Amino acid sequence: MSDQILTTRMEAHREDSHTLERYEATGGYATLRRAIAELAPEQILDEVKAANLRGRGGAGFPCGVKWGFLAPARPRYLVINGDESEPGTFKDRQLLERDPHQLIEGIVLSSYALDVNHTFVYIRGEYPRPARRVQRAVEEAYAAGYLGSDILGSGFSLEVTVHLGAGAYICGEETALLNSLEGRRGEPRLKPPFPAVEGLYAKPTIVNNVETISNIPWIVANGGAAYDAIGPEGSRGTRLFSLSGHIERPGNYEIVMGMTWRELIYDVGGGIRSGNELKCWIPGGASAPWLTPDVLDEPVTLDDAGRLGTMLGSGAVVVMDETTNVVAAARSIVRFFAHESCGQCTPCREGGTWLERILDRILAGHGRESDIDLLLDVSDNISPGLTWPPAQTTICPLGPSTVSPITSIMTHFRSEVEAMIRHPEAAGV
Amino acid sequence: MSWSPEVSDNAESILAKYPEPRSAVMPLLYLAMREDRGLTPEGMREVAARTALTPVQVESVASFYSMFKQGDVAEYVVSVCTSISCHLLGGDDVLEAISDEAGTKVGDIHDGVFFVERAECIGACGGAPAVQVNYELVEGVTPEAGRRLCRWLAEERPGLITSDHLQGEFGGVKSFDWGPEEPGGAIGPVPAFEPYGTAGEST
Repeated sequence: MSDQILTTRMEAHREDSHTLERYEATGGYATLRRAIAELAPEQILDEVKAANLRGRGGAGFPCGVKWGFLAPARPRYLVINGDESEPGTFKDRQLLERDPHQLIEGIVLSSYALDVNHTFVYIRGEYPRPARRVQRAVEEAYAAGYLGSDILGSGFSLEVTVHLGAGAYICGEETALLNSLEGRRGEPRLKPPFPAVEGLYAKPTIVNNVETISNIPWIVANGGAAYDAIGPEGSRGTRLFSLSGHIERPGNYEIVMGMTWRELIYDVGGGIRSGNELKCWIPGGASAPWLTPDVLDEPVTLDDAGRLGTMLGSGAVVVMDETTNVVAAARSIVRFFAHESCGQCTPCREGGTWLERILDRILAGHGRESDIDLLLDVSDNISPGLTWPPAQTTICPLGPSTVSPITSIMTHFRSEVEAMIRHPEAAGV
Repeated sequence: MSWSPEVSDNAESILAKYPEPRSAVMPLLYLAMREDRGLTPEGMREVAARTALTPVQVESVASFYSMFKQGDVAEYVVSVCTSISCHLLGGDDVLEAISDEAGTKVGDIHDGVFFVERAECIGACGGAPAVQVNYELVEGVTPEAGRRLCRWLAEERPGLITSDHLQGEFGGVKSFDWGPEEPGGAIGPVPAFEPYGTAGEST
């Protein structure tokens, strides 16, 4: 079995992997032709359930289970989440830019399975180049009869609208995304009701990540059981990891989960730049608590990451070497979340800003002895108990995400923070 | 000034893509920005009239999103990423160099030419540090290349910005192989997207 599902075409056909011509020439849309003629929607749903495909946007929720929650009311909507904004993550950008028809075939198959006649692709505003590629692919698909009314003579019809965001990380949260798509401020909604019951325009809606839906053509073509045979239990299939930071070979890598962190960072990523020592890494985007070299030989799976008190999140691995000022790194992440807080919930809106100010003060050489307790106290007010998975005092998980870098530096590098407060000159501040 | 028939037609074709007119607010705000070179009260009134909203409701939406910029807008929005991966690889130095060369403080407008901003993660972490000019991307930027980029913008005042050109002239390491060049690019400080009428094409 090949180790690659999503990236074979783009690697083999650099010049035109994004075109309809190349997609069809490499077997594309053959699955749709067969499925729409021979399979009932429930059969596709069964294959996706059997695949045990877990969502690739961050939460890792099983895709087939989510689809099973869809309420019977009509119309229903499918929304593709291409608002990729989690610091460290750039995998969906590659899938959108280099193989948009793979996503579109996944959209048609999924919409057919879910009895959806209008699907939206929400792409972040900072991705105009990927959005132009997807838009052109959508137009090609309409012209070829893969989208529009009576697709391939099946009687099934589907409209696809590509929609650009406008610079708001929070719109990656699915209910904020739905508000944004309705033309509102991107503020998360209280759940329940979940989108599968009341989503876009208060109608049943499934929101899935770009990478998740890009897997659907392969799963329908090869069967859910074949997908379920790849990788360890609970982390089936391949996954695109974005490697960045102080790593020798940054980039996106499609791998089968279950290898160790050492293999991922040193063999796949080429190790640490300039032969430096590894200090720590973020295993799943800026929201995830950090890991340190003592767990390098642990396997890279969703469940093992959870056992270590963190998550694979969006698959973004950010590597930091021995030269890293961890307080400055934490400040960058805290500043991100403070800036991106939508402002609805007080603990997130106020807490994030205060955490940023305290870190600013320490980095400016004006840290106080009491700042350590203050950082932890503010954090505890955002996420009581500082546990993993985090407790929440807020509508969405953005607040607790602000706390992850604080607990990470306090758990692993507390002496460095203390040294910076007590001896700012010696700490290079 | 109210929208011309041509712009109104563009707005109608955007509205037709959504089951409810309100969903077209964000695309229409981009259209309004292109028309007025920035978001104006008049532009927001035009959007409100077409989406069955009040101007205040439209402004409430616009003010939520960082890419809807109200008031005077510069020719070039230069967004420098300093989120974690770019931070680790010198994004703050790139921001300082670009801000210095542009002769503007971060978040200020200078002579209507530059608006330099600290951007939050722009999804180019494998090619850190990354910069966008009118939301067209360039990866692997050094402080020196950032200065050259500013001088080029100030001297040439290009009417079309494309990622491929920026990357070729000022870029370095990329997040991944971008594949072939793209014809489209930005014609103003708004993301270039054909359905919104905001994209230009190189000849």
